Amino acid sequence: MKHRKKISLIAGACLVLSLVASSIVLHRTDQLRPQATLDEVLFLNSPKVIKRASLGFDGLVACIYWTRAVQYFGSRFRYAEPNYSLLAPLLEITTQLDPHLVVAYDFGSTFLASKQYGAGEPERAIELVNYGIHNNPDNWRLYYDLGFVYYMELKDYKSAADAFERGSRVPNAHPFVKILAAQMAQHAGEYQTARMLWSATFQTTHDKQIKQSAFEHLRALRVDEDVTHLQDGVTHFGERTGRLPASMAELLAAMGLDRVPVDPDGNPYKLTPEGRVEVRVPDDFAFATKGLPPGYKPPPKAHAQF
Amino acid sequence: MRARIAHIASNTFREAVRDRVLYNLIAFVLLLSGAAVLVGQISIEIEKLVVINLGLTAVSLFGVVIAIFIGIGLVSKEIEKRTLYTVLSRPVRRWEFIIGKFFGLAGTLVVNTFLMAIGVFGALFYVSHKFVRADALILVALYFIILEFIIICSLSLLFSSFSSPLLSAVFAFSLFVIGSFAEDLRNFAGMAHGMSRWLATGAAYVVPNLSAFNIISSIAHEQPVAGQLVLQNTLYALFYASMALSGAVLIFERRDLK
Repeated sequence: MKHRKKISLIAGACLVLSLVASSIVLHRTDQLRPQATLDEVLFLNSPKVIKRASLGFDGLVACIYWTRAVQYFGSRFRYAEPNYSLLAPLLEITTQLDPHLVVAYDFGSTFLASKQYGAGEPERAIELVNYGIHNNPDNWRLYYDLGFVYYMELKDYKSAADAFERGSRVPNAHPFVKILAAQMAQHAGEYQTARMLWSATFQTTHDKQIKQSAFEHLRALRVDEDVTHLQDGVTHFGERTGRLPASMAELLAAMGLDRVPVDPDGNPYKLTPEGRVEVRVPDDFAFATKGLPPGYKPPPKAHAQF
Repeated sequence: MRARIAHIASNTFREAVRDRVLYNLIAFVLLLSGAAVLVGQISIEIEKLVVINLGLTAVSLFGVVIAIFIGIGLVSKEIEKRTLYTVLSRPVRRWEFIIGKFFGLAGTLVVNTFLMAIGVFGALFYVSHKFVRADALILVALYFIILEFIIICSLSLLFSSFSSPLLSAVFAFSLFVIGSFAEDLRNFAGMAHGMSRWLATGAAYVVPNLSAFNIISSIAHEQPVAGQLVLQNTLYALFYASMALSGAVLIFERRDLK
């Protein structure tokens, strides 16, 4: 009995030591080959083959591929990688395995379309959403996504208005889709319309990250709008006086403003000696297109959310 | 007769429990709870879909594996251990032995599925914080999975009645895979001509059509199930299982056990 206990103790100790040793070796091997597990490869790229191989459990496999697409996009986005070559095939596989997985069209089109913060393939995003509409014609959200891509990425206001209009005819469509269709026809290209689109995304999404992203876009839109307005003031000042305003106070006086405009964080905008209106902390406005120093590139942390 | 079948069935159930078959529930619970927690962190808006898809897929696959690996040993193990001779020396007929074994294994799978279903609903409540009316559709999917088990059990018993455990496992698993492609097989038959058309059509009707029982994906999207499908699947499973069991009885009745 004593002998058996001794053997058990030795075997138990060996087990723990071996486990720890193998973990250490594996960790060191990973450090030797940092890219080995990160390089993404699609060994099977035919949705039909994958569907067959799933033995009828295609719903689960679609969820796995969708998670893979999210992880693929997220990892590349986080490190500002320029290449998203596998994103479209991953989304294609996901949606062909489960054509009713609306979330894959909804967010997948956003990941694919954005030229600034995504794969920059709006045409493939449109293909994806159209496939989604074909399979889920009663889902207003997909028409909204289609209009969103046409508006934001292709500036094709006519097609965007058409998509919103089709979406507004879907039973139980959110009322703002109809408003968007009308808005698009009248004021396409204005900040007001863009704000409305992002507000709609903010209000209707259940995902925290997307909500945060929509919130950041809304903040960035306000910056873009403020900077455009102030920059117009600088231009008019220059046309009138033949010089640049010496200070923000002089600019504000010329524009008839009594208070210094502030960005969404409450920091006042600054006027550079070259006559550019800029935000104080560019890193706080990841999606702003105006008011940033020349050549500014957002740090990787700003890419943490899409 | 009923008492003898019930006795063999309850012994089969007890033996399966003694063989620690229900230990698979631990793996199932770990899988489901892990997925419920993890997916929320690494994916977007599919927590509920994953719990339903993964939960029901696991119920189905775990059950199929149990049905095959327990089913193939039901007869051969009794012969190997020579306990079959003790059973048959009593007033128990061979067909009663087969039917009793079938009900014992089916009962084990029903209990296993019931316990797993509790896990699925528990995980669903964890990710959704509430139940909605459409969640009741999961019960229909579970019912179809049980019907699928009944077919697989009967096939395993059929193979077990004349073949070695290894070959029985290969046959049963092959039929499970082919059965998942039954609709494709029927489509191939539709495209073929002449003799091959007849052969393919015949094969398509002989192999079990398991794809009709898989409604997991549509259930996950809260799509309703037609009452007609429930009725037809029930009838199909009963007819198919009785066909396979009849074959098993026919073979076992004629088998030389000396």
